[in-house]
Amino acid sequence: MATHSHSEALRAGTPPQARQGSPALKWAALAALLLVALAAPFQLYPVFLAKALCFALFACAFNLLIGYVGLLSFGHAAFFGSAAYVTAHAVKVWGLTPELGILLGVAVAALFGLAFGYLAIRRQGIYFAMVTLALSQMVFFLALQLPFTGGEDGIQAVPRGHLFGLVDLGDNLTMYYFVLAVFLAGFLLIYRTIHSPFGQVLKAIRENEPRAVSLGYKVEQYKLAAFVMSAALAGLAGGTKAIVFQLASLTDITWQMSGEVVLMTLLGGLGTIFGPVVGAFLVVTLQNYLAGTQLPVTVVTGVIFVVCVLLFRRGIVGEIGALLKGRG
Amino acid sequence: MMELLGIPPQVLFGQLLLGLINGSFYALLSLGLAVIFGMLNVINFAHGAQYMLGAFAAWMLLKFAGINYWLALVLAPVLVGLLGVVLEKLMLSRLYKLDHLYGLLLTFGLALIIEGMFRHWYGVSGQPYPIPQALAGGYNLGFMFLPTYRGWVVAVSLVVCFGTWFMIERTRLGAYLRAATENPVLVQAFGINVPVMITATYGFGVALAGLAGVLAAPIYQVNPLMGSHLIIVVFAVVVIGGMGSILGAVLTGFMLGILEGFTKVFYPEASNIVIFVVMAVVLLIKPAGLFGREK
Repeated sequence: MATHSHSEALRAGTPPQARQGSPALKWAALAALLLVALAAPFQLYPVFLAKALCFALFACAFNLLIGYVGLLSFGHAAFFGSAAYVTAHAVKVWGLTPELGILLGVAVAALFGLAFGYLAIRRQGIYFAMVTLALSQMVFFLALQLPFTGGEDGIQAVPRGHLFGLVDLGDNLTMYYFVLAVFLAGFLLIYRTIHSPFGQVLKAIRENEPRAVSLGYKVEQYKLAAFVMSAALAGLAGGTKAIVFQLASLTDITWQMSGEVVLMTLLGGLGTIFGPVVGAFLVVTLQNYLAGTQLPVTVVTGVIFVVCVLLFRRGIVGEIGALLKGRG
Repeated sequence: MMELLGIPPQVLFGQLLLGLINGSFYALLSLGLAVIFGMLNVINFAHGAQYMLGAFAAWMLLKFAGINYWLALVLAPVLVGLLGVVLEKLMLSRLYKLDHLYGLLLTFGLALIIEGMFRHWYGVSGQPYPIPQALAGGYNLGFMFLPTYRGWVVAVSLVVCFGTWFMIERTRLGAYLRAATENPVLVQAFGINVPVMITATYGFGVALAGLAGVLAAPIYQVNPLMGSHLIIVVFAVVVIGGMGSILGAVLTGFMLGILEGFTKVFYPEASNIVIFVVMAVVLLIKPAGLFGREK
């Protein structure tokens, strides 16, 4: 019964497949979005946009698991944060160029992903969530105690450096375009993965795991591969964020951060392509706005969480998708 | 004086006692989680926040109404439990048809709201709560000094844990509860009001968290974040023990508290993560947990 209700509930969060609308219209919409992304830093503060893009990538990486494999990881901050620390350390202390620093961060996040994924996929459902959460708390304590992480202070004043030793990332506009490129690369990778045969197997596992097993798929390996990929992409987001803000801190690695990425994805729409992006932009904007008010951020975040779970589980993009499908 | 393994016995037993006390809280909290999970299939993420509420309720009762510890020990868990009843009626009950994950997400949101509000009002600094007069002081046991209050906490925790186990495993009410977790429709057909039983169970589990909070108030400072630190460890305890049995939750809680105390003596740097390491090992060997049943 558990498996059944599981797939059913997650299917409620799944949008209609992107079959409606002509391909030409779809491409035009995507081109328009890209133009907006390219022009945005002339209207809005580039660092704010870069931050939102980092979190959008983080949320997309998380969504790859919950939306397409049905695994709720509550420990993704471990990958995001550990990559941020490694990147910051590599760039600041070892003097690596930013792209190498980020790659190193991604590698470490992927390794953590392999170890944690191997342990966590032994349990399902809420247990999976608890295991990932507990393991991520272990990484939090490591970040607090290891000598290179700077304890409560984190690693500060990380130089942005020169991309490939050539392009100066000190300029906020250049930095933004670099982050946009990283985001697009990660986003397209996820998009391709979801629409590949590999992605089809993942969806089959989400819908009915016993059936996928009986069809002869090595379900554990598929889950682990998806987990490692999701962890690596979360690391990509974390490493990039460390370069943008020139900072790796404990905030990046707390379980509250893991919760935040769950909220972004839930708010935008679990299992939708654009949902996590929309959710991330909304949450980051809201936090920026609330920082200037008397309202406590965590309370507002919690209220949104509760409202999402109780009233619109499909999220914003999911609800819009359902509306379009209803009319079409 | 005699030394054990190069550690003075005062230090060793002192840390073991601390471990036993932490274990009492792990046991009480994982017991509450297990009770709630058994009936509702919900992992109550707000459990840490509700534990914090218990401590704050005791502190407020004393500060604003002059109600002493002994009355608070009864009143605070009842108040927190009633809040649980309201939350279950208004929110959780709408999610039972859905994936269990939504219960986790909802209670996570509730935890953020509760903790955020208290942090907004009281900051992160703790509020002191005095040890009641009757439990002040301590005993010199020869090999160590036992503060009375700490002994009291361990004793209460043992009694409550055993009482809950007895109620669920050995009484008629417990039999109904266990039957309803297996087949609610059938139990309903026998004329037992299952929805009321579910609500009461959630209230009871939350009240256990509140009770743990009151017990903790004189030991730790009453602090808005006291629950969020604890809840993750308790989750690890739950994974290690396995959710199948009430006794498993209790035994694992005490065992891991003591293990943590030992680690603090011999290798303090690892004391924060030893429980998570144990969790990893248990997952490798016995994924369902030490006392759990494979579903």
